[in-house]
Amino acid sequence: MAEDTLSDNGTRRALARSHPAPAAGPSDDVDAVLLVEAALLDRLRHKEDAAYEELVVLAGGRMLAVARRMMPQEQDAADAVQDAFLSAFKSLERFDGRSRLTTWLHRITVNACLMKLRTRRRHPERMIDDLLPQFVEDGHQRQSSRPWNPTALAGIQQRETRTLVRAKIDELPDQYREVLLLRDIEQLSTDETGGVLGMTTSAVKTRLHRARQALRTLLEPHFQEDHT
Amino acid sequence: MTPNTHEHRELQHGGMPTCRDVIEFLMAYVDDELSPAQRAAFEQHLAVCPSCVNYLNGYRSTISMAKAAAPTVDQGELPQSLVAAVRAARRNS
Repeated sequence: MAEDTLSDNGTRRALARSHPAPAAGPSDDVDAVLLVEAALLDRLRHKEDAAYEELVVLAGGRMLAVARRMMPQEQDAADAVQDAFLSAFKSLERFDGRSRLTTWLHRITVNACLMKLRTRRRHPERMIDDLLPQFVEDGHQRQSSRPWNPTALAGIQQRETRTLVRAKIDELPDQYREVLLLRDIEQLSTDETGGVLGMTTSAVKTRLHRARQALRTLLEPHFQEDHT
Repeated sequence: MTPNTHEHRELQHGGMPTCRDVIEFLMAYVDDELSPAQRAAFEQHLAVCPSCVNYLNGYRSTISMAKAAAPTVDQGELPQSLVAAVRAARRNS
C-alpha cells in the first residue's frame, strides 16, 4: 500500500466531512466530497488495492463508532466492522451511487451489527407481554405506577447508570431491542429504521413504543422513589 | 386483566380516555402527534390520574436514559490491528 495514498489529507478531510450529516458548508464543498467519493468508487471498481486500503482507513473509524454504539462488547464491534467491510467489498458492483458512499457503508455496518446481535444466543429470551403494562377490564392500570426518584435523570451520564440501562436494553426481545437501538441509540429516523428492518413506519412506531414500555418496566425497580 | 397488545387501534374521539388509552398512545402524545382534541382529552385524564402521570414521567425518563446509554466514542482512526484484520480477510475471501 502506498503511504502517500493514506496521507492524502485533502481526501481524508473531504470524506471526514461527509458523514453522518450532509456537509453544512458551501455547495462546492459538497461537490468536492461527491467528486472524491466518485473517484474512490471508480478506483474500487477497478480493484485497486490502494483504494481498498484507503476506504478502510478513511471510513473505518466512523464505522467502528457506529458498531460501538450498537454493541457493548469491543470485540463484537470490531468483528461487525470487519464483516461490514467484507460485505461492502463484495457488494461494490451493486452500489448504484444514488446515496453517498459513506451513507451506504453506514447502513451496511448497521446491518452487520444486527446480524451479529441476532446470532448471539441469549437464554431465556423475555416475552414482551410480560414487560408491558397490564390493565383491568375498565381500562385502569392493574397496578398503579409510582413516581421515579427525581434524581434518576441526574445520573444519566454516569457510567454506572449507562451500563445498567445498556444491560436492560440487551434483555429486550430481539425485535424490540433492534428497533430501540436504531431509533434511540443510532438515532435513525422512523423511515430509515423501517428501511433497515423492512417494516412500515406505522409498525416501527408500534414496536418502538412497546420497546420503550418494556425498557421502562425493566428500569422501574432501579429508579422508583422508594427504591433503596 | 388484559395486556397492551392492540396493533393499530384508533384513539377514539370524545369522552375521557382510559388509562389504557393514555398509555397505549403515549408515544403519539410525547411526539406531539395527537390532534388538539385528543391532546386535550389526554391532559384532562392526566389532571386526575397521578398513576398515568407517574407512568408518563417514567416513560420520558426511559427515553432519555436510552438515548444517553450509547457510549460517546470518538470517530478516530481504525486501530491498526483491525485494519490488518480487514486486509487479511479480504485477501482470504
